[in-house]
Amino acid sequence: MIEKALKGEPRYFMWLVFLMGIIGVGVGCWFYQLYKGLGITGMGRDISWGVYIAQFTYLVGVAASAVMIVIPLYLHDYKKYGKVVVFGEFLAIAAVTMCMLFIVVDVGQPQRMLNVLLHPTPNSILFYDMIVLCGYLIINIIVGYNCLLADARKLPHPGWVKPFIYLSIPWAVSIHTVTAFLYAGLPGRHLWLTAVMAPRFLASAFASGPALLVLVLLIISRVSKFDPGRDALQTIAKTICYAMIINLFLVGMEIFTAFYSNIPGHMHPLQYLFVGLHGHGKIVAWMWTAAPFAFIGVLLLLIPSARRHHGILAFACASIFLACWIDKGVALVIGGFIPNPFHRIIEYSATFPEIAITLAIWGIGALILTVLHKVAITVREEEAAT
Amino acid sequence: MSMDRRQFIKIAGMSALFGLGGKGAFEFLRPGALEASEHGHGVEYVPEEPAEVAKRWGMTIDVQKCGEPGVVEKCIKACHSTHNIPDFGDSKNQVKWLWQDDYEHTFAGNENSYMDDRVKELPFLCLCNHCDEPPCVRVCPTKATFRRPDGVVAMDYHRCIGCRFCMAGCPYGSRSFNWFDPRNALNQKEYNLDFPTRMKGVVEKCNFCVERLAQDKLPACVEAAPEALAFGDLADPDSSVRQILRKRSSMRRKLELGTKPSVFYLV
Repeated sequence: MIEKALKGEPRYFMWLVFLMGIIGVGVGCWFYQLYKGLGITGMGRDISWGVYIAQFTYLVGVAASAVMIVIPLYLHDYKKYGKVVVFGEFLAIAAVTMCMLFIVVDVGQPQRMLNVLLHPTPNSILFYDMIVLCGYLIINIIVGYNCLLADARKLPHPGWVKPFIYLSIPWAVSIHTVTAFLYAGLPGRHLWLTAVMAPRFLASAFASGPALLVLVLLIISRVSKFDPGRDALQTIAKTICYAMIINLFLVGMEIFTAFYSNIPGHMHPLQYLFVGLHGHGKIVAWMWTAAPFAFIGVLLLLIPSARRHHGILAFACASIFLACWIDKGVALVIGGFIPNPFHRIIEYSATFPEIAITLAIWGIGALILTVLHKVAITVREEEAAT
Repeated sequence: MSMDRRQFIKIAGMSALFGLGGKGAFEFLRPGALEASEHGHGVEYVPEEPAEVAKRWGMTIDVQKCGEPGVVEKCIKACHSTHNIPDFGDSKNQVKWLWQDDYEHTFAGNENSYMDDRVKELPFLCLCNHCDEPPCVRVCPTKATFRRPDGVVAMDYHRCIGCRFCMAGCPYGSRSFNWFDPRNALNQKEYNLDFPTRMKGVVEKCNFCVERLAQDKLPACVEAAPEALAFGDLADPDSSVRQILRKRSSMRRKLELGTKPSVFYLV
């Protein structure tokens, strides 16, 4: 079945070559990083995690969001998702792969990474994170591949896949919960030390992941003969809208708790992010970009007539995707380290090689997604032709 | 000695057993290899008297004494030259085992605007607190950092994967990552051949001089400034540190986090 990815129009191959170019630059930078050390990034002793771990966190959410298609289809028999679910699962595969690569480039001694399994440490959340991410990747490969294979052969989906589908639902929730626990259990990092971290992670994931899926499906409906179906897109849009409202509500909770209690430690990181602290405010512009996009996105998705227009739908989804990316992929990780344990503010900005490596991993994700979706599109087109 | 006879015999017996087993295994697997390497480097194994073993090592730092000229500097110098601490020359990549800061930052969150100006300007020595409940140990995914039975929070530089979870977990900023190759940033003149250098991509921190404790020596910083620093077994009511803590009022950093630090500041 995978051979369907080998046949395509010139623009398909040009897109792949373009992605490989981006990947090539990043791989070169990664070799440089391996040779010199992680000091070539913007990270330092005070901001010891940066853009890599932030992307990892964001993409775990994108991966988990496939469950927003799986639940309505398999638990509520919402048949309109029948044709698009595999696109969600393949998006999860690409996202989990990116997550793993972001960990690989972030650790100082990647060749020792199997120490996590050689010396299993049940008290470390990172140990569980490795297990759940690997498991989620395998589950999605099993489910996505076998269901699509059955479709291609015009057979009903094999019965033995069903348990894996049901397993994927709590598993998706687990990957993002465990990722939130990486942060939420650390003493002395006030921005992260919050019980709503996992709920907020899930809410923003269920907004941003499906938003990316809608964008991908809209592109697919333009470049191929596959039609995801108007109703399917509208229902995903509603999911995005509600998830994003819950996410914004939880952000509001954080702000209330910090500022009404008036506890300096809880207020400082939020002040740093939104208004700047003691003259430092590199993230402020990012936050005030994210905020309007978040509210505009929600508003556009709330209004049915706006949502039904594909151009506006695309803009709203892009807005929410961007707002969530700034929240999790930029602000969350850096904000947690500010101020540092000595109440000093040391700021962070990513360096060129760091950004190139980050883009390369996004490029690898896009490459995997393109190839997998190409296979899925071809199967769907053949189905429609017969 | 805080060890009773029974404990001593146990430890001595176990060491002998492992020692014999280790050598025997080596002989079996690679006959002659051990002898060859010993003779090759002119090193011969000399069994040592076991050093003093504590239940929980701890340190007191007399901040007033640290304020006297040269005290803090000689502590830091002793530590750095003992442990081959690299100097990258910038604050971003800095590796810190023992360093100084002021009251306001060391005890961030407990600022007191009406404090005596003299105390405000005193140097506070900062190091790993060797917590009883260390968050860094809790989060480490490979047990590369671990709490020894004597209370020292130690590191295995060969197992560390460099994920820096411990740096996010430590609320004291006591952990440092080797952002570049530390061997390129060593002070060649004061290079200590008896302590290993580290490689890039691993985390390191103060080890309470475990290598010196094993030889019944005090930590290098305590040896350098015995007038300001004291070191001993917190579990032993008669130890030097306990006697000092009985007489002087002390503070520890961020007690509210429940980490139970083993480093006490005398004010």
